[in-house]
Amino acid sequence: MRNTFIKKLIAAAEINSKIILMVGDLGYSVIEEFQEKFPDRFYNAGISEQNMASMAAGLAFEGFHVFIYSIANFPTFRCAEQLRNDVGYHQLSVTVVTVGGGLSYGNLGYSHHAVQDLGLMRLFPEFDIVSPGDPIETEMCMDYILNNKGPSYLRLKKAGEPNYHTHVKNIVPGIWSEVNESKNNKIFLTTSGGLHLAQLLKNGSSAYSDYGVYTCPVWGAKFKHLQQHQIDRFGEIITVEDHLLDCGFGSWVRESITVQESHLKIKNKALSQDVIGKVGSEEYLLKIGGLL
Amino acid sequence: MIKSSIELAKNIRKHSLEMVVRSRASHIASALSMTDILAVLYFDLMNVFPNDTKNENRDIFILSKGHACVALYATLGLKGFFDLNDLKTYGLDGSNFMNHISHKVPGVEFSTGSLGHGLPFATGIALGKKIKKHHNKIFVLVGDGELDEGSNWEALLFASHHQLDNLTIVVDYNNLQSLTTVKDTLNLEPLSNKFEAFGCNVRQVNGHNHLELKNAFIESINNTNGKPSVIIANTIKGKGVSYMENKVKWHYSTPNQDELIQALNEIDNA
Repeated sequence: MRNTFIKKLIAAAEINSKIILMVGDLGYSVIEEFQEKFPDRFYNAGISEQNMASMAAGLAFEGFHVFIYSIANFPTFRCAEQLRNDVGYHQLSVTVVTVGGGLSYGNLGYSHHAVQDLGLMRLFPEFDIVSPGDPIETEMCMDYILNNKGPSYLRLKKAGEPNYHTHVKNIVPGIWSEVNESKNNKIFLTTSGGLHLAQLLKNGSSAYSDYGVYTCPVWGAKFKHLQQHQIDRFGEIITVEDHLLDCGFGSWVRESITVQESHLKIKNKALSQDVIGKVGSEEYLLKIGGLL
Repeated sequence: MIKSSIELAKNIRKHSLEMVVRSRASHIASALSMTDILAVLYFDLMNVFPNDTKNENRDIFILSKGHACVALYATLGLKGFFDLNDLKTYGLDGSNFMNHISHKVPGVEFSTGSLGHGLPFATGIALGKKIKKHHNKIFVLVGDGELDEGSNWEALLFASHHQLDNLTIVVDYNNLQSLTTVKDTLNLEPLSNKFEAFGCNVRQVNGHNHLELKNAFIESINNTNGKPSVIIANTIKGKGVSYMENKVKWHYSTPNQDELIQALNEIDNA
């Protein structure tokens, strides 16, 4: 995913001189080509996420579209107020890019587990939450971000994720994208690493083999009103995400419901709090968190 | 027509007092300590366009100590950014003139209220101007107590490393913060040396002496030595109103009508 991200960013920067990449002293073996091609539009802010976020807001105020790039919780929780006040409130074109979404950096410990980030970022109403589930979707999401001004949060996993989408589709914020057709009017609705988990569930159990798989790659507070009519299309919806149940994607879907009966056909698969403080591979932690 | 920065400062002080009294608001002493800085900057130093607030040629002023907003609202009103009568809505329900500086008011570039945001934001603007090869100047006014926030020092590292000499940081060094003196909260001294060690040009001035302020600003405006400028303005919290000066109480309290009349008289007769 991060390779797709940087490839798209470089292509966009070739034609748009307003694109800036700023990193928080991270991005080894990812950012070098950008840095080489656009030395006056690449900045290492050092290990100072609060300053990086506010500076990005200042640059965006000057008309730039700034991508701030770091790992896990560093460009979100560490500078949450800067994102809330400086970027969000002023509606500036800053895209916060995080790699290591969910438990991608499972072995690196709790500091590197991004399992509350969606909860934080979706609290800021101006931000589009952009959480692709595979490299193809990452490509679509980058097109969306590059063509839409304003604050956004791009949650990436790491590198080497398989593709589940077969072709690039246009992204419409808040609108679900079909990956597998449903044969029984029941679906998995996923975001971010939830797409991979839904595929494992679908392929791992005959009980789920007829389920469709959908993603919601761009969502957030602004797009709640678009959910009910999509929910109405299906008889059962299981949300799947690599994030805590608390304040996550599934919770967002439930908050979007305006017809109370719809709650009955929604189930949420998300990480339980058992995963907090545990360390190990992503697979191990997903099991502890109840997802595998 | 205001004829001097001294006259502008007097009017800023009077409007600030009236706004605070009308809406029963706090922070008047914080506004009075920085009034002369605003008056000198806005009287004839900064390029501003009251009828074209987004003009690309304007200089940028960021107020980081957003709680002192009345003085900036008054300054902008007196400079013609909006009808002076609009100041009367300060702090009222639904008004854009809220009790921490608001970018919804014409001429205000950036909302603050939480401290330690202004300098990093201004640093981003200064970098943006450098990338665009624009020669506008960027001024950011920070409080002294606010320097407790680590984000300021992060920004200074960056501004110095990237030679942002288009950036001027003014410290309103009024020596009082929310509960007691700066010295008894977290001592900032030796402050000059700290800024110098971070790679800045540093100049200390009497923050109520317009000539000293003006000379310091002209020096920073003309500076091209690759270093950000810091002007430490030694000020008096509550300056211009005898019963408020150097009193923690006036970080919070609102003058009553008699106190307001006394304050306005003192300013008129100063």
